[in-house]
Amino acid sequence: MSVNTVINAAGRAIPLEINGKPVIPFKGVGKHHPEGNKYAPPIPTCLDFPGDGNKVVSSLEEALRKCNLRDGMTISSHHHLREGDLVSNRIFEIASGIGVKDLIWFPSASFPCNAPLIKYLDDGTINRIEGSLNGPLGRYVSEGRMKGTAVLRSHGGRVQAIQDGEVRIDIAVLAAPSADAFGNAKGTGGNSACGVLGYAKADYMYADKVIIVTDNLVDHPCVPMEIEGNYVDYVVVVDKIGIPEKIVSGTTQITKSPDRLLIAELTAAFLEKSGILKDEVKMQAGAGGTSLAIAVFLHEILKRKGWKSKFGFGGSTKYMVKMLEEGQMGYILDAQAFDLDAVRSVSENANHIPYPVFNAYNYHSKGNLTSMMDIMILGATEVDLNFNGNVVTHSDGYLLHGIGGWQNCLHARNVILPLPLFRDRIPVIVDEVTTLCGPGELIDVIITERGIAINPLRDDLIESVKESGLPIRTITELKEEAEKICGKPQKARFDEEIAAAIKWVDGTVIDVVRKIKS
Amino acid sequence: MAENNKTISVAGNTGPRVRSDCEIKLEIRTSGGINTDLTSKVKRLYGDSIIDQCNEILKFFGIDNAVLKINDSGALPFVIAARLESAIKQLIRTDLEFLPEFLKENFYSTTPYRFRFSRLYLPGNNPAMMINAGLHSAHGIILDLEDSVAPEKKDEARILVRNALRQISFYGAERMVRINQGQRGLEDLDYVIPHNVNLILIPKCESPEDVKKTDKRISEIKQKCKLTNRVFLMPIIESALGVENSFVISGSSENVVAIAIGLEDFTADIGVPRTAEGSESLYARTRLVNAAKAAGIQPIDSVFSDVSDMDALKICVQKSKSLGFEGMGCIHPRQIPVIHQGFAPEPDEIERSKRIILAYEEAARKGLGVVALGSKMIDPPVVARAQKTIKLAIKLGLLSGSWMADPQTEQI
Repeated sequence: MSVNTVINAAGRAIPLEINGKPVIPFKGVGKHHPEGNKYAPPIPTCLDFPGDGNKVVSSLEEALRKCNLRDGMTISSHHHLREGDLVSNRIFEIASGIGVKDLIWFPSASFPCNAPLIKYLDDGTINRIEGSLNGPLGRYVSEGRMKGTAVLRSHGGRVQAIQDGEVRIDIAVLAAPSADAFGNAKGTGGNSACGVLGYAKADYMYADKVIIVTDNLVDHPCVPMEIEGNYVDYVVVVDKIGIPEKIVSGTTQITKSPDRLLIAELTAAFLEKSGILKDEVKMQAGAGGTSLAIAVFLHEILKRKGWKSKFGFGGSTKYMVKMLEEGQMGYILDAQAFDLDAVRSVSENANHIPYPVFNAYNYHSKGNLTSMMDIMILGATEVDLNFNGNVVTHSDGYLLHGIGGWQNCLHARNVILPLPLFRDRIPVIVDEVTTLCGPGELIDVIITERGIAINPLRDDLIESVKESGLPIRTITELKEEAEKICGKPQKARFDEEIAAAIKWVDGTVIDVVRKIKS
Repeated sequence: MAENNKTISVAGNTGPRVRSDCEIKLEIRTSGGINTDLTSKVKRLYGDSIIDQCNEILKFFGIDNAVLKINDSGALPFVIAARLESAIKQLIRTDLEFLPEFLKENFYSTTPYRFRFSRLYLPGNNPAMMINAGLHSAHGIILDLEDSVAPEKKDEARILVRNALRQISFYGAERMVRINQGQRGLEDLDYVIPHNVNLILIPKCESPEDVKKTDKRISEIKQKCKLTNRVFLMPIIESALGVENSFVISGSSENVVAIAIGLEDFTADIGVPRTAEGSESLYARTRLVNAAKAAGIQPIDSVFSDVSDMDALKICVQKSKSLGFEGMGCIHPRQIPVIHQGFAPEPDEIERSKRIILAYEEAARKGLGVVALGSKMIDPPVVARAQKTIKLAIKLGLLSGSWMADPQTEQI
């Protein structure tokens, strides 16, 4: 199948249409300025809802039927229950039983536990997934087996698409660890606590119909109201919305790998010696093993210097909570809690504040938290000689990860990517990224175990570490070193057929992922 | 062509936890050409190059007909080459060696008195641990052919270690190999000496003869291969007899630059359990330190085996240093900075040494026979020790070489 394409501002060939809808090709960072009004869902009337406030119906199937579930609808869900989610798959099991076809699943992220959905992609219940694609689902899409084309958006890009009406959610099915009969809901309490419900905010505000699914029905009012009941149509009570030990890891662990620890140490040293780390710094730290180690090392430096971070931006972990509790951090602004210490902290510490991505990342917000951040630590599967980054595909071309908040976070003042120079035999620094997810102009520093490369656009940073004794190299030198050790890899081979579109934060299409050549 | 009736061989490792390695099954046939079956997680990126590489090696050994089954977990080329050569050598007798390129940055020599605070042990048949080992700034890196290699894997470890010596950069760490005991150990030398080894560790050394045999074999190999680099020796004392002979062992060759103690085997030999506190080995350790100092070489302590307890390691290093040891073994890279810090002079030790040297200089300038610091007289050996500390501090980058000219120095 031949596809009509156009070359976007990043030099990538983009189709004119995806899933039958016209495409806006990427125009460059900060170039797209949409106009008009935000999308709004249909007007409800309170008269249509029970006067006693009790919106509980007997089952998810009944709720879906009452929402008039039919062919081609867009169904959204959030990923706060992560690998322990028992709700998302159930939606499509019901839909398949009813015989509904061609649904679009619009999750805030998918997990390997969603692999059973392949069955409903195969039988036509689901046309496509618009959301992150991990593990088996990514492989399925890469092999060109999904009927529609996947659309991958960042967390902020998802909110953008909802707000400007690019995606219209017909039914939002939102799992809630605690809820009352009116539909007020929160992320804490009960057996399936996940901490916060930050990713569900755009869904409940903009969907035509909202269903809350809980295993912990509490008396009205359920406070704090992370989800407000006056947006909710139906409440369903089930035995279990999730498997607790898979919702949050009991404890997040810093890496034990000496090589990753070395990268973490180098990162902390770079942040200190470059002057990026300072009193009142605004920082983020991820939940990966290396990021956690960096957080621990940064905490030590803050303590040693007597400095205090103004705020930390979560996903939060026990290491960030430790900074808050020991006085090296003023606040945690939190979109998701990764471990039990974080869940505890958010429910008992007034300075640990749930902070929806709605506010942090969204292109249609009046300002953006990420651009205020001094330190942003991110990962990547590949970075190229122009500092472009890839987070969705591996070098062999398979789609195996979602974008998450990665693209949104690139807008921070200093974007640092601590990465191993190669994984097993696969170099991380390449001539050109397999899939472009983030333009190089936004990526400042690559820190590997074999040296640090600073983006030539950041001459201020280059200057700041000139006398530091840190192993500063060019990105070309690092790439050559990786290839000397690993050998130069073959290029991934693709068919022409497009399996997935990669959106930029503004809703334009920055790249596509093509079907793997078998 | 086949010998011992064996036509199928297996080399290398595979399994869910194996990384950067591969398993190769080789069957030599009499016809049918080369048939390769490759399973690899990097197949889409390196499949062609893996198959080309294997074909080149088979051709090098004159094998035209074979069935090759490769189960690869992201092995680097030097590992694939080693595994295939091992599989081939199980089936045919040959003196040929398929040598990967020798990295020119691996051509460096070391000196008898360089620091040997830390030496990192790497199991000789585990490529995953070798690749990044040099990044952790150990003073020495040991590719171990002895206790960390299973008996049935000893042959393939030799070939892997040989290739590692050629292909992996240890970024300036002293390149060490621990050979096996006895005859196997002497044969190990044939595989490693031609590839720029800086130092050989001789395990379970009990007599000067053990050292001399090793030294002789090394000279023979060097002569045969026309090598001029020095190869130093570090005997490891692991028995009561070895401890008794430690002084003569220390002086048994001009190439012996250090002597180490191995406490696991030593305590087993004297029949007591090894304790953290270590009073059972105090005599052996102090005896070894004394022997080394008397012979003018470095005494090196055993390894600390609890890799998760850095606080206990720190205490152990302090004790080791106070006994007179000048280094320790490591089995995990995270132990290295703790050991380096422990053996380096403490800041107040450096400050005190600076004051002693300044007082000494002043006394010399004034032509005074006696050096005094405040009301305390300073004996010549104290001055000598201070000079040693300052030299060490400068070498370790803890003190500037021109510290005396530093304006702050005047205020001392």
